[in-house]
Amino acid sequence: MASQTVPVEVKSETKSEEKLIPINVMDRRYMVPENLTIMKALEYAGYQLTRGCGCRGGICGACGTVYRMPDSHRIEVALACQTIVKEEMFLSQIPFFPRNKAIYDLYEIEPEQSTLSEFYPEIFKCIGCGTCTRSCPQDIEVMDYVAYAIRGEIQKVAELSFDCVMCGLCIARCPAEEAQPLVAILARRIYGKHIAPKAKHLSDRVTQIENGHFDKSLEDLMKFDAEKLKELYVKREKESELPDPDWEPEDKSHL
Amino acid sequence: MPYPQELQELIKTVEQTRSERVERKRKGIEVGALSLKERDKRLKSYHPDFKDDSRREIRVGPSKGYAISPEIVDTLESGSRLNPDDIDLNDISYETDLLIIGGGGAGGSAALVAAGAGAKVIIATKLRLGDANTMMAEGGIQAASKLKSDSPYWHYLDVIGGGHFTNDPDLVRTLVREAPSTLAWLEGLGTMFSKEPDGTLKTMHGGGTSRKRMHYAGDITGAEIMRTLRDEIHNHPDRIDILEFCPAVELILDSGGRCAGAVLYNLDTHEYIVVRAKAVILATGGSGRLHIRGYMTTNHYGATGDGLVMAYRAGVPVVFLHSVQYHPTGIIFPEQAEGLLITEKFRGAGAHIVNVDGDQFVYEREPRDVEAASIIRECSDDVGKEVPTPSGKCGVWLDSPMLEFLHGPGYVKKEFPGKYILFKRYGIDISKEPMLIYPTLHYQNGGIEFKSDASTVLEGLYTAGEVAGGVHGENRLMGNSLLDVTVFGRIAGHSATEYAMNKDMPEGLSLDHVVRYHKELKKARIDTGMHSPVILPDYTNPDVKEKQVVIAP
Ligand SMILES: Cc1cc2nc3c(=O)[nH]c(=O)nc-3n(C[C@H](O)[C@H](O)[C@H](O)COP(=O)(O)OP(=O)(O)OC[C@H]3O[C@@H](n4cnc5c(N)ncnc54)[C@H](O)[C@@H]3O)c2cc1C
Ligand code: SF4
Ligand code: SF4
Ligand code: FES
Repeated sequence: MASQTVPVEVKSETKSEEKLIPINVMDRRYMVPENLTIMKALEYAGYQLTRGCGCRGGICGACGTVYRMPDSHRIEVALACQTIVKEEMFLSQIPFFPRNKAIYDLYEIEPEQSTLSEFYPEIFKCIGCGTCTRSCPQDIEVMDYVAYAIRGEIQKVAELSFDCVMCGLCIARCPAEEAQPLVAILARRIYGKHIAPKAKHLSDRVTQIENGHFDKSLEDLMKFDAEKLKELYVKREKESELPDPDWEPEDKSHL
Repeated sequence: MPYPQELQELIKTVEQTRSERVERKRKGIEVGALSLKERDKRLKSYHPDFKDDSRREIRVGPSKGYAISPEIVDTLESGSRLNPDDIDLNDISYETDLLIIGGGGAGGSAALVAAGAGAKVIIATKLRLGDANTMMAEGGIQAASKLKSDSPYWHYLDVIGGGHFTNDPDLVRTLVREAPSTLAWLEGLGTMFSKEPDGTLKTMHGGGTSRKRMHYAGDITGAEIMRTLRDEIHNHPDRIDILEFCPAVELILDSGGRCAGAVLYNLDTHEYIVVRAKAVILATGGSGRLHIRGYMTTNHYGATGDGLVMAYRAGVPVVFLHSVQYHPTGIIFPEQAEGLLITEKFRGAGAHIVNVDGDQFVYEREPRDVEAASIIRECSDDVGKEVPTPSGKCGVWLDSPMLEFLHGPGYVKKEFPGKYILFKRYGIDISKEPMLIYPTLHYQNGGIEFKSDASTVLEGLYTAGEVAGGVHGENRLMGNSLLDVTVFGRIAGHSATEYAMNKDMPEGLSLDHVVRYHKELKKARIDTGMHSPVILPDYTNPDVKEKQVVIAP
């Protein structure tokens, strides 16, 4: 197989022999290849997406989608870029859902039990219905983190919500009109800034640099020609790959 | 879809060689790194950059005669989307100190620094703020933060060696010197970096690193940085305006030839918008969606190289675009996930790349271009040790289950939750089954020329991030791009603010440079039949495309 050029997205996936199945996009029926993601199926059908498409890799949260199967009363959710179409699904994208972000000065905030509810007092209105958890394409225990937010356990909220892509599907479906991902990111930022232990080695290194500690060695490097640099490059000691927090190089110059 | 029977059979071969390979890794007697000479040979024989038709000379503009990827040349040699005569530049919709074009990591960092320094900022971005390559970075961000084992000196050597000693030394110095303070800035914004209980930042190796210097936030480092920046940007509505779904299509110059704003295009309403600004920062990111050489890509939907085109027309040269980065490990099966990135951290943690016989044929931490070229070689007729996929493509194995032996059971799921879940959805357990991979188009090594204060030859135009070239020379190492965008994004925010604060609002706005460029194209008899910037790739089914008509008003 000489010099394989991998075809680009759609071309590779619209081979004519593929089986086509019907899907219903906002109630309009299209025949699409059965193995496409919802996103690629929309494009196959002729949509040029502007809204509802960002990373195409399951992380930006632009492509939140709700759907129903004809034989079930359940509302299902998906990220359109990550989910394969299902025969006869009825779908609609929800690329945006209104939410009001609180404005805060993170430097001034003190992490207290009431901090999250001060900025988002509506969290107390949660009725514990669990719809948000069922609506989360990332399988996050959304209701649980809201519960922790009510109790003011910031670290718990931060940890539980870490994989949130802020797609807003939980907001769209919450009967208590919460904005869960906004509470979550506030918690994560407070945790990252005020609760997690500081990296002391990092601030020490910054001080060293500010004091000009490495200026001379960097200037020398800048003056070297490629040959000299190659020589130094090849001689570099490599830190062990296995976990060894105490590893130190033999050559302690330039540290 | 789970692995079909044929592939499951082939996986058995990988399992058979695994324990021996693990043993050899523990003893440190495995396939070693290539010498510099061998690297060179490998690249010239197998890297896509060195294929016969992989480069073409640009025939017009400031870098005329420079040979780069034909797909990028086409965009540079196309006409503007605008007819300059049709645009009324006196009809100004927005005025601001600073216009930042692009809402990714570079644009976001620049905006925060500029707003902090007192500038009034507009961010104009193509999709939503944060729909960007920055959001997708998984692996990590480099910085020499460890006092006893590392320093900017060693970081410098790694960067410049990875770039084949071609990088701009001043840019490299700035990158490595500002790295720790930039990381500290991100920590101060509340970014949840993975830490030990005492606060020590967790680090690991990446391809081409001599020290463990890759800092991370789970396996969604870029997303954690981007959503943090975005949240903070939203905290300053008094200073930062955000125009989403408004890509820039052309820079505007003033009567003195300085950069003075841009024409935007509202994707929702299809109207053009004129923004007048004292200074502009171009931070439009990369170009993976141009699908160079027909390759699949890891990039986000809006990565179409727009900034290159706009700056080039306005007279800014391009550099280092002759080399394109293919990430060695893109998903080739299952097809639905084709092109998506498997982070280098798998290899950083010690996972082997093996061929159809289960043999390790390359050291897994070569610089990316060498690693990619080695995989392409293994799948070529010269070697013929590829693993065939059901749809007639091919790849090699990335032996993720090996990590469970090296680091203990449960490691894969714990360290790579994102990829674990992704594959699980398709019925593949990557802690037990290896992944099938092939190189994928990943990073635009070069870009528009700039200096370490983020300025360009065009007065009033600053730049940062993937759109700019020189920092990484001909090849970027993992973790140095998130660093690049935040370091130079901050510098751009600072420099552009300083410049803008001493200036009056520019006068005599014009698109004459576009008119001149069009004349140059005409004189050279170039007609690509396209318009640029590209803005969005077109994935519409060609059968439908053919039938799409514009109904006359
Ligand atoms: C899948 C993936 C994984 C990666 N992993 C890592 C990693 O682990 N470590 C690392 O260091 N690097 C990594 N990288 C590289 C790194 O993420 C990017 O190079 C970097 O984030 C680019 O930042 P940027 O701000 O320059 O561009 P982007 O983050 O792409 O932002 C550019 C922005 O400009 C917008 N834009 C584009 N055109 C226009 C226009 N005409 N007008 C207005 N706006 C426009 C885009 O929509 C986007 O919002 C990875 C990249 C990808 C794709
Ligand atoms: S928690 Fe809400 S916003 Fe976050 S990923 Fe889940 S559904 Fe989307
Ligand atoms: S959907 Fe709303 S009300 Fe129901 S549990 Fe979640 S946050 Fe509470
Ligand atoms: S497009 Fe980003 S999550 Fe689907």
